[in-house]
Amino acid sequence: MTLVSGWLLYGWSIAVQTKTKKTLAKPNIRNIVVVDGVRTPFLLSGTSYKDLMPHDVARAALTGLLHRTSVPKEVVDYIIFGTVIQEVKTSNVAREAALGAGFSDKTPAHTVTMACISANQAMTTGVGLIASGQCDVVVAGGVELMSDIPIRHSRKMRKLMLDLNKAKSVGQRLSVISKFRLNFLAPELPAVAEFSTSETMGHSADRLAAAFAVSRLEQDEYALRSHSLAKKAQDEGLLSDVVPFKVPGKDTVTKDNGIRPSSLEQMAKLKPAFIRPYGTVTAANSSFLTDGASAMLIMAEEKALAMGYKPKAYLRDFMYVSQDPKDQLLLGPTYATPKVLEKAGLTMNDIDAFEFHEAFSGQILANFKAMDSDWFAQNYMGRKTKIGLPPLEKFNNWGGSLSLGHPFGATGCRLVMAAANRLRKEGGQYGLVAACAAGGQGHAMIVEAYPK
Amino acid sequence: MVACRAIGILGRFSAFRILRSRGYICRNFTESSALLTRTHINYGVKGDVAVIRINSPNSKVNTLNKELHSEFIEVMNEIWASDQIRSAVLISSKPGCFIAGADINMLAACKTPQEVTQISQEAQRTFEKLEKSTKPVVAILQSHGDTLAVSCQYRIATKDRKTVLGTPEVLLGILPGAGGTQRLPKMVGVPAAFDMMLTGRNIRADRAKKMGLVDQLVEPLGPGLKPPEERTIEYLEEVAITFAKGLADKKISPKRDKGLVEKLTAYAMTIPFVRQQVYKKVEEKVRKQTKGLYPAPLKIIDVVKTGIEQGSDAGYLSESQKFGELAMTKESKALMGLYHGQVLCKKNKFGAPQKDVKHLAILGAGLMGAGIAQVSVDKGLKTLLKDATLTGLGRGQQQVFKGLNDKVKKKALTSFERDSIFSNLTGQLDYQGFEKADMVIEAVFEDLSLKHRVLKEVEAVIPDHCVFASNTSALPISEIAAVSKRPEKVIGMHYFSPVDKMQLLEIITTEKTSKDTSASAVAVGLKQGKVIIVVKDGPGFYTTRCLAPMMSEVIRILQEGVDPKKLDSLTTSFGFPVGAATLVDEVGVDVAKHVAEDLGKAFGERFGGGNPELLTQMVSKGFLGRKSGKGFYIYQEGVKNKNLNSDMDSILASLKIPPKSEVSSDEDIQFRLVTSFVNEAVMCLQEGILATPAEGDIGAVFGLGFPPCLGGPFCFVDLYGAQKLVDRLKKYEAAYGKQFTPCQLLADHANSPNKKFYQ
Repeated sequence: MTLVSGWLLYGWSIAVQTKTKKTLAKPNIRNIVVVDGVRTPFLLSGTSYKDLMPHDVARAALTGLLHRTSVPKEVVDYIIFGTVIQEVKTSNVAREAALGAGFSDKTPAHTVTMACISANQAMTTGVGLIASGQCDVVVAGGVELMSDIPIRHSRKMRKLMLDLNKAKSVGQRLSVISKFRLNFLAPELPAVAEFSTSETMGHSADRLAAAFAVSRLEQDEYALRSHSLAKKAQDEGLLSDVVPFKVPGKDTVTKDNGIRPSSLEQMAKLKPAFIRPYGTVTAANSSFLTDGASAMLIMAEEKALAMGYKPKAYLRDFMYVSQDPKDQLLLGPTYATPKVLEKAGLTMNDIDAFEFHEAFSGQILANFKAMDSDWFAQNYMGRKTKIGLPPLEKFNNWGGSLSLGHPFGATGCRLVMAAANRLRKEGGQYGLVAACAAGGQGHAMIVEAYPK
Repeated sequence: MVACRAIGILGRFSAFRILRSRGYICRNFTESSALLTRTHINYGVKGDVAVIRINSPNSKVNTLNKELHSEFIEVMNEIWASDQIRSAVLISSKPGCFIAGADINMLAACKTPQEVTQISQEAQRTFEKLEKSTKPVVAILQSHGDTLAVSCQYRIATKDRKTVLGTPEVLLGILPGAGGTQRLPKMVGVPAAFDMMLTGRNIRADRAKKMGLVDQLVEPLGPGLKPPEERTIEYLEEVAITFAKGLADKKISPKRDKGLVEKLTAYAMTIPFVRQQVYKKVEEKVRKQTKGLYPAPLKIIDVVKTGIEQGSDAGYLSESQKFGELAMTKESKALMGLYHGQVLCKKNKFGAPQKDVKHLAILGAGLMGAGIAQVSVDKGLKTLLKDATLTGLGRGQQQVFKGLNDKVKKKALTSFERDSIFSNLTGQLDYQGFEKADMVIEAVFEDLSLKHRVLKEVEAVIPDHCVFASNTSALPISEIAAVSKRPEKVIGMHYFSPVDKMQLLEIITTEKTSKDTSASAVAVGLKQGKVIIVVKDGPGFYTTRCLAPMMSEVIRILQEGVDPKKLDSLTTSFGFPVGAATLVDEVGVDVAKHVAEDLGKAFGERFGGGNPELLTQMVSKGFLGRKSGKGFYIYQEGVKNKNLNSDMDSILASLKIPPKSEVSSDEDIQFRLVTSFVNEAVMCLQEGILATPAEGDIGAVFGLGFPPCLGGPFCFVDLYGAQKLVDRLKKYEAAYGKQFTPCQLLADHANSPNKKFYQ
């Protein structure tokens, strides 16, 4: 049986040579290319980047991009960054990072946020600006620094402090101060929880895995696969988008530090992290809190060629979806994949490189089961048939968010660069990037290799 | 309209909680038809775990009847005898339901206390065996838990708002008769057990976990490879099996860690003196709240006490005996009658309406209008709330928001849910959007010409299918409908205030109201969570009409020199949740006057009695009751014990009439009030205003606060005896005249003792 299906798969990969479409270029629409993209090493939060601010890490990605592409700063029309947990002092982190990285102060910059697909939103915003002819050259990226998060005073304390600010006389001040109570000092922590349901994402992932009957073992196996592939890719030097980062006062960081291939036995020992004591999602099969930034140079094709660049890939059709934030929080890829393929006129067989964001093993495997279910397609997606499974041998071959790390605002660019670099390395033509995000949203985009 | 607005205030009083909690009973006790084959229970074995599935055929829920009971014993015996099986999981195959309590028809069929005691003892024996099972049994609770689950070694409940645990027996005038009174105190501590059993309150899953009623919570799953409910049950089973194995392997302990407070309480309860104090305090509280009218709570205390002080054998025996005694009481029959009536009034006898009401428009953002809006938006109805002024509208919108926000504070809603529910409400001053309305409910001021104007305005903008409902407490619907172009679409929907608390909705149909219009109105009312009675049009319909002669009698009694405080205590000790004088204050003196005048005109001498001049003078002095701060009593913010309004003395003195000694004993005063009410209620049935006695009972108890322990006016006639009532009425008739002439139907019942309203 396995032999037969193995042969079938082999047969398939030969059939892949003939694509449904030769290219996704459309008449009268500008081709948009990725010239190149970089990222800082992704680090476990609380390690080497812990004393930095988000714009410091973002700046490192931007200077890395400048160095890698040698793009003249004044050519850049616009800069867009994604981020999720905002540092209040640098709420438009794109601008602060760009100024510090030495971009022209004449280049406008803005920051977008869409949970884990913030960088995807930064890229597609740039695509929109170029496609509509507003810009020719855009830098898109993303940053997240989970080592430092804004822990706030309680609302009551904030109100008291603001009132105190307004109080003019000593008497007024004293009357404001007299309202102080000790419990005002209890801090407010940001949680990785849905505002609408108050459910943490890990909890939702555990329920999702249970809904699709994904076992703990399956999840651990998938996580192990991610770590093993990431390790292999790192060792073989395939993660070429990583640029070294000399952290002030610390050693130069050259590689991701969250890749930890373990053993199934070791992983099996961990206790569930969210649904205790009987859940299946653990620290080992979830993505970890990560610090890091990414940046990417996007141009209109003719501009890139005029400047003498050899682009890496085209950014083609993309799609945003959203669904129930309670029970389908992390099913974005399932919903987005068939839609973007249909929009592009491709089939699953046309895709040579899949790059899906791995929030949790359970989430990836639940998406697999959903994509492979006619029942789900018919009852929840309004489709006649399932879209089918992405072949595992084309899926996240260089590791994923589980192993490389997941700085919320920066992952989107990593996914696109991984797809682009894999297509070049493996000789494929089409890559599919997909991700889920808090709020029950999702994104998918087709990346087409630039002809060599 | 305002009349019944404030009558609804009844619902705020704590003594009334028995009544308010009744809504839940419906989900806890159910009837089921007897089934002879062994088809309720089956089990399979997974590894060394037996999975017992309970699934009564042809019924939405599983009830603990004889067949299920004996099959359960058979299955358990097989499991205990099997070498292969080391533990068991107990689950209901019906989504959202475990075993919905005892079969109350089974109890009703018993003729003697001994029969009931025997049923109780059988259940006790089974549950005790289950409790002492050497093979651990894990129960899965998805909606309602009961004593069966409490006997298991471990309980897993779904964590959602549907899952509630509790011992609602007290609400039916009985007690948890299968060992619950003995087991609960051990499980959750004596004080918490008393609270549960004496109030019958529902306990949400998360709270139950904290109390130790359940050991694990499982959140329901969303869609996967099959429907969510189906997969959730599977998942619960999987989780339960791991716990069952863990328990059998002694890897998991069924004992949980108690918090500091709990440990201290448990310690304190080991001291006999403290225990005695607890019993005493609980008993005092119960006596105060029930005024000795409800026997069940006191017996529960007694049984628990026996179990703790004299050991569980004595406890079990006492439980089964008291259970038998209670099942035979009038109070229990009355409460069970109300339960049946409530089930009846939760059905739409007109069938499904042709068009579902999705868009609702409400005219008037006053207390009633906003209240109706509140119970509509949270059921997903898109609701337009129109008022004439921005201030009025703003007040109404705030009322809706506050109602929802209070639920957030009680953690019954999240702030997010509140906001999304609130967005179903559109406040406006014009008729925009009325062209989409499926139903308009007007709750404008009680003035016929205003209602006419509004009806004409609305009919100009609404679509053809749209129902026009009038929320009025006394204006005849046919008079309102007189100016309508389409009287078949006009109906009365009489809500009680506060709308979000009072369960009753009185729907009034005229001769011209179409069946589909009625179906629509009932469907909307049911959606709003109401218990519904449907009555024919007439002055005062049913509820207001019954109340009026009683109110008239209240005035006469006050004129005869009875102190309002005394009158209040006489009425509450008869079982009314609010004293009669306080009731007038709550209703509003102006409203009472208005209703008295209207109905006085319609019914003439029969509705005479007290001199309405009393009300007129009070109104002229501005003593309008609670809303103006003064009525019979003085109302002050933050002052709990209200004082008599001394300015009333001169008014009462000026209208004083000499009391008639032969009908002025305390008991006579109580019966003058009650018989006038009951007589009028029976007359409503006689005249066809009411379709069934059950609706009359539900309307009186749920809308007007008729003593629940009497089961409503009709149940009261049956239990107390029509002849005795007629005798009383005749005695009062001799003293006062026509107001007390027994109506024909009542007289008929008195003449033939076999005639009962409930057969």
